[in-house]
Amino acid sequence: MNLFRRLSNSFDHGVHPRHHKEQTEHLAIQRLPFGKRFVIPLGQHIGAPAKAIVQAGDTVKRGQMVAEPGGFVSVALHSPVTGRVTDIGPERYADGTFREAIVIEADQYDTQQMDVNPIDWESLSIEDFINEVQKAGIVGMGGAAFPCHVKYAIPDGQKIRYLLINGAECEPYLTNDHRQMVEQTDALLYGAEIVRQKLGAEEIVIGVERNKPDAIKALQDAIKPGQPARVMPLEVKYPQGAEKMLIKSVFDIEVPAGKLPRDVEVAVNNVGTIIAIADYFQTGKPLIERVVTVSGPGVSYPANLIVPLGTPIREVLDYAGGLTEETRQVVLGGPMMGASIADLDAPMLKGSSGVLALTEHETGRPQEYNCIRCGRCVEACPYFLNPARFARLAKSRMYEEMAETYNVMDCVECGCCTYSCPSGIPIVQHIRTAKDHLRSMKGKVK
Amino acid sequence: MTQRDPKLLIQPGPQLRQQMTTPVVMRDVWYALAPATLAGVWFFGMGALLVLLTCIAAAVLTEWCFSPEEKRRYFLGDGSAILTGWLLGLTLPPALPLWMAFIGGAVAIGMGKTIWGGMGGNLFNPALVGRAFLLATFPIAMTTWTSPGDFFTIPASVFAMPLMHGVVDTVTQASPLGLMKFEHTSTGFIDLLFGNTSGSLGETSGLLLILGGLYLWWRRDLDWRIPVGILATAMAFSLVLFMMDSGKYPGPIFTALSGGMMLGAIFMATDPVTSPLTPRGTWIFAVGIGLLVVLIRVFGGFPEGMMYAILLMNATTPLIDRYTQPRVFGRGLDTK
Ligand code: SF4
Ligand code: SF4
Repeated sequence: MNLFRRLSNSFDHGVHPRHHKEQTEHLAIQRLPFGKRFVIPLGQHIGAPAKAIVQAGDTVKRGQMVAEPGGFVSVALHSPVTGRVTDIGPERYADGTFREAIVIEADQYDTQQMDVNPIDWESLSIEDFINEVQKAGIVGMGGAAFPCHVKYAIPDGQKIRYLLINGAECEPYLTNDHRQMVEQTDALLYGAEIVRQKLGAEEIVIGVERNKPDAIKALQDAIKPGQPARVMPLEVKYPQGAEKMLIKSVFDIEVPAGKLPRDVEVAVNNVGTIIAIADYFQTGKPLIERVVTVSGPGVSYPANLIVPLGTPIREVLDYAGGLTEETRQVVLGGPMMGASIADLDAPMLKGSSGVLALTEHETGRPQEYNCIRCGRCVEACPYFLNPARFARLAKSRMYEEMAETYNVMDCVECGCCTYSCPSGIPIVQHIRTAKDHLRSMKGKVK
Repeated sequence: MTQRDPKLLIQPGPQLRQQMTTPVVMRDVWYALAPATLAGVWFFGMGALLVLLTCIAAAVLTEWCFSPEEKRRYFLGDGSAILTGWLLGLTLPPALPLWMAFIGGAVAIGMGKTIWGGMGGNLFNPALVGRAFLLATFPIAMTTWTSPGDFFTIPASVFAMPLMHGVVDTVTQASPLGLMKFEHTSTGFIDLLFGNTSGSLGETSGLLLILGGLYLWWRRDLDWRIPVGILATAMAFSLVLFMMDSGKYPGPIFTALSGGMMLGAIFMATDPVTSPLTPRGTWIFAVGIGLLVVLIRVFGGFPEGMMYAILLMNATTPLIDRYTQPRVFGRGLDTK
């Protein structure tokens, strides 16, 4: 079994949902026209919220910084359009809550062109490079929105051997990374080279699932002789794009629990992130737009779109033909780890990789039955945890045992267990409840 | 905006689910059992069919009585009660009085499942609990085997009044295992393979049971480790014994094909509820059954050992699960 997995380049366990990428995988990336009103939440990344440096009434240019980082684990925010700041205050968020945001109204008569100001990255020290990336507002674009520069701050005594580029895109429906690998191959390799040299890594490895043969080919053709880069085709399996699984698949290394990829001398970046870095150093354009897949059976014209950040989700859906009558649910991100959207007027964020309109067929929940101990969840969990046990213990509120005997805190909430359970048990929900409880207990003890 | 804003649903992820549900799993097992059952009915006649149907009816009725009204639809809807009755019926002698079969079905659900808190809570395989109860209560009727006869002749014993045994008027014949144990004669492999021997309904056609098992394996409803582990262990063990004294002990192929071996290994031991969760645990479980079944058959008082072997290993399942937790990703790497 292990040998077999080695030959097929993959981690163990995981699930094989239908990938549904055929709707958008051959559609070239288009640009979503600029709308009128843009909402930029200050806390849209992991870490400290950014601090606004503009005031209501200010005019701003496209790409101008409107909020500065609120700490080291934080990034800057920029205006996606030339226009005027109308308000700074609570605004709707996709999960239904209200959060502090900067509201910008676009200048309808502006051409929205930006000057090209390349940045000479070669002469930058590593500290200045990290500063620039933070200033450019770049975060992990796979969904988590973790500030990218933090990964580049390597503690003394550690080094990075490999820059691993995550092109697995294992979430069903999403094709934004796929299209970027095909259409922006040179930018990707250029950005990868910048990061590789700055981190002093030996080699660039690009992991791509085998269901994207055109991306694999495009990358292989574009790698120049002499560039220390290679493409690694990977088995099509969820969650191939989870950082630690990807490292296992590519290098056959297990990142120890509680450690980071850099502890095994690897830095992992998403395809979109690397292209954003290339864009910034080539043209001076910070992270003000991103590629988004709009798909699912609930939209008439699925598409891959460049969306200015802060655009309301509704406008993105309208561009794809609007929601059909059958749509029951709209998801921000992928269908495995993404969240249901409560409010379509909420803005698109740096971490929004997809907008999916799903119908009853995809989102219908099976009747919940008792656990039949079939073991499907156990054989699905890529972390080798025991989800059936979690579900059972959580029902009787034995949270401590879940943590001590069964390592519930190691769960990354990938959803493989819930996905595979024939009894329709919402295992991940039980796990979240347990984790919340354990975290709050820990807080009390301190 | 032109389009209507649908009422959007908010639910926690993952949004996608695979299509397999517990009722579908149960129905798959029905399909897998059907060919072997039909063959059994064909060989043993209408009487056997009546026994089988009685068991199923009793199981379903009992489930209905004990399920809370608001959940009845789901309790019965998962199809597991039918399966329990069905499996029990397959292990009974074809000429068993119907009233006994009825009690068996009721006990299987009542004592095998309901008192454990229903589906998923039971420690022992419910069908085997029913059978063990019958064997303890009616030892004679439960060990009276008829040989396959005419399709439409129903043995009179089947309609015996409650609390009566009835006269067994058909040709009684020792089962192949009984013959082996007490007279040391072996039955032909071909007869064993196709099921043309005496025995219970489901103890007969090894070939069709294997086909059913392959179907379940293809549908991913079956943990292949269990049947493979049991059969391999039992065959290896009996081969050792056979080489020591071929006159006294049965050979490996006979061991695999006779009695409830196939039915037990493919359909009973694999009951997910009563077998271990962890992959390593299932191996231990299977090897345990394989060893026990041969031990009981060869050295115990009964010719058949499958039932006790499975029940015994059922009892160890929680323990096995506890000690075979897989190594968590990224943990315990030093001790590798
Ligand atoms: S959500 Fe947690 S327990 Fe479930 S499969 Fe993923 S890591 Fe394992
Ligand atoms: S997949 Fe569901 S039914 Fe099967 S063991 Fe896990 S929790 Fe139980």
